[in-house]
Amino acid sequence: MQKPIYLPVVAGLALCATSTLAETPVLQVLTYDSFVSDWGPGPAIETAFEAECACDLEFVGSSDGAALLARIQLEGPRTEFDVVLGLDTNLTAAARETGLFAPHGVTADLDLPIAWDDAEFLPFDWGYFAFVGNADAEAAVSLRNLATGDLKIVIQDPRSSTPGLGLLMWVKEAYPDEAADIWAELSDNIVTVTPGWSEAYGMFLDGEADAVLSYTTSPAYHLIAEEDASKVAWPFEEGHYMQVEVAAKLASTDQPELADQFMAFIVSEGFQSIIPTTNWMYPAVTPQAGLPDGFETLVTPAVSLLKSPEDAAAIRAEALEEWRNALSQ
Amino acid sequence: MLICEDLELRYDDFSLRADLRFATGAITALIGPSGAGKSTLLAAIAGFLTPASGRVSWASADITAQSPAGRPISMLFQDNNLFPHLTIAQNVGLGLRPGLRLSASQMSHVNVVLESVGLAGMGTRKPAALSGGQQSRAALARVLLADRPLVLLDEPFAALGPSLKAEMLDLVKQRLTDQGRSVIMVTHDPDDAKRIADAVAVVADGVVTDPVPTAALFDNPPPVLAAYLGK
Amino acid sequence: MAQRAVSISPRWPGVLSGALVLALTLGTLAAVALRADLTTGLGAADWAAIRFTVVQALLSALISVVLAIPVARALARRRFWGRQALITLLGAPFLLPVIVAVVGLIAVFGRNGILNYILIWAGIEPVSIYGFHGVILAHVFFNLPLAVRFILQGWLAIPSERFRLAASLNVPIGRVLEVPMLRAVVPSTFLVIFLICLTSFAVALTLGRGPKSTTVELAIYQALRFDFDLGRAAMLACIQFGLCAVAAVIAWRVTGVDAMGAGFDRTVTRWDMRRPFWDYLAIALAALFLLIPLTMVMLRGLPGLLEMPSSVWLAAMRSVLVAIGSATLCCTMSIALGLLGGRAVAVVGVLPLAASGLVVGTGAFLIVYPFVSPSDVALVITMLVNATLALPFVLRAIGPAIVAVHEDFGRLGASVGLTRWAWLRIVVLPRIRRPLGFGAGLSAALSMGDLGVIALFAGKAEETLPLAMHRLMGAYRMDAAAGAAVILLGISLLIFWICDHWGRSDVDL
Repeated sequence: MQKPIYLPVVAGLALCATSTLAETPVLQVLTYDSFVSDWGPGPAIETAFEAECACDLEFVGSSDGAALLARIQLEGPRTEFDVVLGLDTNLTAAARETGLFAPHGVTADLDLPIAWDDAEFLPFDWGYFAFVGNADAEAAVSLRNLATGDLKIVIQDPRSSTPGLGLLMWVKEAYPDEAADIWAELSDNIVTVTPGWSEAYGMFLDGEADAVLSYTTSPAYHLIAEEDASKVAWPFEEGHYMQVEVAAKLASTDQPELADQFMAFIVSEGFQSIIPTTNWMYPAVTPQAGLPDGFETLVTPAVSLLKSPEDAAAIRAEALEEWRNALSQ
Repeated sequence: MLICEDLELRYDDFSLRADLRFATGAITALIGPSGAGKSTLLAAIAGFLTPASGRVSWASADITAQSPAGRPISMLFQDNNLFPHLTIAQNVGLGLRPGLRLSASQMSHVNVVLESVGLAGMGTRKPAALSGGQQSRAALARVLLADRPLVLLDEPFAALGPSLKAEMLDLVKQRLTDQGRSVIMVTHDPDDAKRIADAVAVVADGVVTDPVPTAALFDNPPPVLAAYLGK
Repeated sequence: MAQRAVSISPRWPGVLSGALVLALTLGTLAAVALRADLTTGLGAADWAAIRFTVVQALLSALISVVLAIPVARALARRRFWGRQALITLLGAPFLLPVIVAVVGLIAVFGRNGILNYILIWAGIEPVSIYGFHGVILAHVFFNLPLAVRFILQGWLAIPSERFRLAASLNVPIGRVLEVPMLRAVVPSTFLVIFLICLTSFAVALTLGRGPKSTTVELAIYQALRFDFDLGRAAMLACIQFGLCAVAAVIAWRVTGVDAMGAGFDRTVTRWDMRRPFWDYLAIALAALFLLIPLTMVMLRGLPGLLEMPSSVWLAAMRSVLVAIGSATLCCTMSIALGLLGGRAVAVVGVLPLAASGLVVGTGAFLIVYPFVSPSDVALVITMLVNATLALPFVLRAIGPAIVAVHEDFGRLGASVGLTRWAWLRIVVLPRIRRPLGFGAGLSAALSMGDLGVIALFAGKAEETLPLAMHRLMGAYRMDAAAGAAVILLGISLLIFWICDHWGRSDVDL
């Protein structure tokens, strides 16, 4: 496999450099930034898929999940991308509405805690939102307990980050009628609200808060990659809101067969076995060898909360308004 | 011969009429109170101001529309006659060629002129390293080198002490009239005019008088000059 | 009577540069607006965001400028070992990507920061950085260096001859020299900082404790990313430009005329050097405030240097090239605009400050998308946009210097018959060398740290250093990311120092 190489000197001049190589078909996949980083799943998945497709798989990273949809909307039907990977259920309703996506046609035996039936959006991994804190410290046992107590947390802004939006939905799903009160109570626990996940997580690691909004799988990273068992997710009595990350084929793809092959590859062993220790989420289909050592130590919520994409889209404006009012007091 | 023909200079509520001839090869002084328009007239002759009407001509050719550099004129200003970041030799060399790449023969030419104004060996210094009098000499050297027949002096030596100023005026007379150049100098000091000018034109009340031989003028000053001189 | 323009420079490069700036600011806005559907009006939350944005920007600019005056004065008056290095270092916060600088601030002022350690040790109630005051603190941290540099330049531009004259006449230097200089320099400095803070986004959110600290820029982000409401984004961007216009007009109204005239480039020797204690106190406080957070960024990142993947170095090289390219472009455009001069240029020169980076990126995307694949032109677009966004600072630095060259030497140049090119080469460039070096360093360093546009355009092969850092953070590699931050900080400072030093290396004695 060879990637287009941008020699430093021509970098500035390569106005019309073409990124396709003759003969080899190219599959362009739009995904979020951390997916394509050296430590993310991108490189390994690229190698694995290219070993069986006789093609060039090209991941293009673009910020976060919300940015993916915005980018596809900007490009419209003329987009060169064949597949989008990394939307979540909070975005799928809006994504479906664009009419830019095609049915994936993949049938797979998904290992999700909920039933999944969606013709266009295919899950590739999932996880539970959770507050991650230090093992040896005091923990909250529920959203309400957190709100009434005085533990300090860092969260993300639902207007600019997917976990932020996830928490908004979590509170709304757990307390449909009391969400505003919960937020008002939480207000004094919130150290600050960051634009994205990275800033919040970094602040937590630097000791700025007792916990940070992240995933139940986050401690697995510390345990497996750093052999550090000091981080734990707090199990909450109300249950945990889920994030299901999905991929979808673009209707306008010029490589439909290749795109179909990739969609099928997504739920196959080659893709799924890479996910747990690179994206630090649960794979959509559990690999034959099971989950990596360490995942068995993770919190498994008794109750899985998830709004349907349509409900999530319908309630977002109202939930945001409640959130803004409660935290602006 | 430089001729100002029905020249009218105006801005805001200031106006000046000039209709006179300056003799070739002579030093003509423009004298008059401050604000009368001496420097304005010089600026118009040099091409920095567009006259409201009238023309300026040199050797029977109309130069009214020409750019400052296109005129047969070198000028010394009240200040900023040297670029502070260039050496004295570079500053002087600009008179020869408006770029910095001088040939060996041009360089030796620069050195000769520097020597003639008493700045031998100072070519590599920057203006700030020279005294006020030396800076004036360097500026004069540039004018000498430029080889243009008409030289305009807008009180370039005003900041010097009396004896240094006299020295510079003598140098002007000696070097420039030697070469047959015409000089028009602005001054507010009658002694400057008496010292080197062949003729004097009075600038006052919005009008420039015809040049009159210096001795004759001061022996029998017209009323405007008398008023200015306080006699 | 017409003062004949000493027209020594050609006009077209300036006109072209101006057109490019307009295209990338108002043009990109138009591109977004044209794609938009009819839009709804402003809600209560939008008004709250506008109010918050303006108030925090005003306060941040005011405090930055007020604090900068004694520091700049002290630096102008005192000579001490390491002064130049200190001046360069003091500029660092302005050059940093927000995300890096915030980490440094939190390490000092955060709940778990140095300050609170000291307070708790001393038995004093700990303080919280989060809230309105935190936003102001961060903005002052970012912009105090810029204010110090601009005002310091004003002080150094007073010719030493004037100080000597004032001393010999025994008149108060403050009233006859310093106050007029400040009246000329402070309003535009205030304006620049006000506008920077006006388009703030991540700082306000991260330190502002939530939706109370919503800025217009965040509202634009939400409109573009989450709601895909281009009309709303365009409308909010128009509001930013409107605020910019009002601020610019007010600033120009109160700007004094700087009529210092030319000196002979002697180093400033001051005749009013009593009371050194207060000067050194101002310098020491500023140094502590600005440098401790930077030190924390360094300390925090050093262990991570070993954990960085090699691709970070490749990204760093790419960033350096983009930075050099955008600095070259930015300086060329600024010189061209500076030579053109005039009120129109002044307007063009502040427009990019009011532009929303997100709208510029999105608009540029919409403009190029029909013709080429965005990731193919990612680096070129980044270079162009970075050059444009840094233009106000460079123009602000060299514009007055070019005007001064014209005023002081325009007639001499015309009289000796310098051609346009010779005038630029022999007179203008050497005489604006100091601000030009500063401007080149500033634009290069700003480009190094930029994450705005590249994030929208880039694929893997166009990864820049800030993007690589961000991606590392997103993959839990906080230590490696901190290491990348150290590289970023180091390279930015080095590039800035090289350019700035070049500008100062030929000061005539």
